[in-house]
Amino acid sequence: MKQFSLFIILLLTLSISWGYFSENSDKSEVKKLVLTGSSTVAPLLAEIAKRFESLNPNVRIDVQTGGSSRGINDVRARVSDIGMASRSLRLSESELFSFNIALDGISIIVNNTNPVTSLDKQQIIDIYKGKIVNWQQLGGQDATIIVVNKAEGRSTLELFLHYFGLQNTELKPHVIIGDNQQGIKTVAGNPHAIGYVSVGSAEYEAGHQVAIKLLPLDGIIASVENVRNQTFPLSRPLNLITQQQPTGIIKDFIAYASSEQVADLIKSQYFVPVAH
Amino acid sequence: MSLSRTDQHLVVGLRLCALLVASIVLLVFLFLLTESWPILNHISWSRFFTDHSWHPVQGFYNITPMLSATLLTTLGALILATPLGIASALFSRYYAPSFVATWYRRLIELLAGIPSVVYGFWGLTTLAPLIANLHPPGVSLFTAILVLALMILPTIALTVEAALISVPNAYHSGAVALGMSRWSMIIAIVLPAAQSGIVSGIMLGASRAIGETMAVLMVAGNVVQHPHSVFDSVRTLTANIALEMAYAMGDHRAALFVSGLALMIMVLGFISLAELFKWKSSYA
Repeated sequence: MKQFSLFIILLLTLSISWGYFSENSDKSEVKKLVLTGSSTVAPLLAEIAKRFESLNPNVRIDVQTGGSSRGINDVRARVSDIGMASRSLRLSESELFSFNIALDGISIIVNNTNPVTSLDKQQIIDIYKGKIVNWQQLGGQDATIIVVNKAEGRSTLELFLHYFGLQNTELKPHVIIGDNQQGIKTVAGNPHAIGYVSVGSAEYEAGHQVAIKLLPLDGIIASVENVRNQTFPLSRPLNLITQQQPTGIIKDFIAYASSEQVADLIKSQYFVPVAH
Repeated sequence: MSLSRTDQHLVVGLRLCALLVASIVLLVFLFLLTESWPILNHISWSRFFTDHSWHPVQGFYNITPMLSATLLTTLGALILATPLGIASALFSRYYAPSFVATWYRRLIELLAGIPSVVYGFWGLTTLAPLIANLHPPGVSLFTAILVLALMILPTIALTVEAALISVPNAYHSGAVALGMSRWSMIIAIVLPAAQSGIVSGIMLGASRAIGETMAVLMVAGNVVQHPHSVFDSVRTLTANIALEMAYAMGDHRAALFVSGLALMIMVLGFISLAELFKWKSSYA
């Protein structure tokens, strides 16, 4: 019985002190921002948010991933303050506000032992549809083409299909991958594979002795440079989305994220800052 | 015999714990049902087995290729790992000198502790290119079976060895007194006596193989199709959930919960089968 009452006293003390402390933190007016959306944009925004927090100690920023569509749905449902999307707004989403903070390009990659140096749009379509099945038909070695595709729901896949005018149901892939790294590892480990990943990460890995090479598209070299000057055709904007014209802390944060001050963070994630 | 007061308290506590554990399983099942309800509600059950492909964004939901892939990878891994696991346990219990056996057992324990993502990464960067030389694309049903077999081998080896150790010493003495050779003692006495422990070991291995996600995701290729050969790329139910869940909305998301539900029903069926086998063998 004695032990029991001791326990009750302990519980009471805990609950009282809990109430005391949580009341205290309310007084210091911490502002909270919630960001959700594209897993392509989220790691970048997490870094930007960290820097923004250190400049504004009374702001707490929570960054969560879940895809561009979730970012847009959450902003609409007012679950989050800012959405992150690795694509432009669709017509059905035109009531929202979008702010471009960086660019990302998709590059077709093959193993660097592959003698093929360029493919045109139609050839890539035929490869992915399974009409061209051997590298010999494209001037390469006599070997079956290993087609690497992205998993359903990813915005990279969406952009790829949209650009080449394809339906996912008509593709004949041999391997399906999740993130960019898995795609790069797969192509680097297989001399006859073809895949597509973000230009930033492909250019970085190719420059660090990973056995892949980036193929030009429509005669334009796939490089961060060409994504920045918007000549590379297969590219996408990385956007922040809000429900209303931003005000207060949301406005400050978006202004900061599109400023010159975060260009180094954008480059360190292999994305391309927008021209200022 | 009446229980003392302390015992009575203990019994109440233990019953509560058991109830909690049982209700967690039930809650998981209910959760899966409610999350997949949005789609089960407006399309018929049969479409998950009769649609012509799995393209959830376009509205096709056939999960049978993933059911077969899950079954095939698990069965393949069991067929490879079970004899090896039993052989390893027999070696360490009956044939290895005690010094070697101690270190051998520690090595196997270490093998059991390696995180699955490490096996997956090794499979993707080392094993897959080797198999691609043999037959492209390298990431395939076969690669997944090899990696899974390697992963469940230590589980099976350790559980089987524990089962061998629990065989009563009197059995050994009896066998020796009858002048049996070591091998015939193992075949005729030890293995039958340890049968239920061995079955548990295989079960543990199988449930690890069935639930394994990251390693399989990296080495199986993940194309949703019924494989025509062991070198074809396949996607398991767990890999399907891990690949697509982060980006899924609406019906697509609910369809992924249906594949989780299918996995759970499959595991339930599997456990019932093993229990039935145990029950039969103990009353036969």
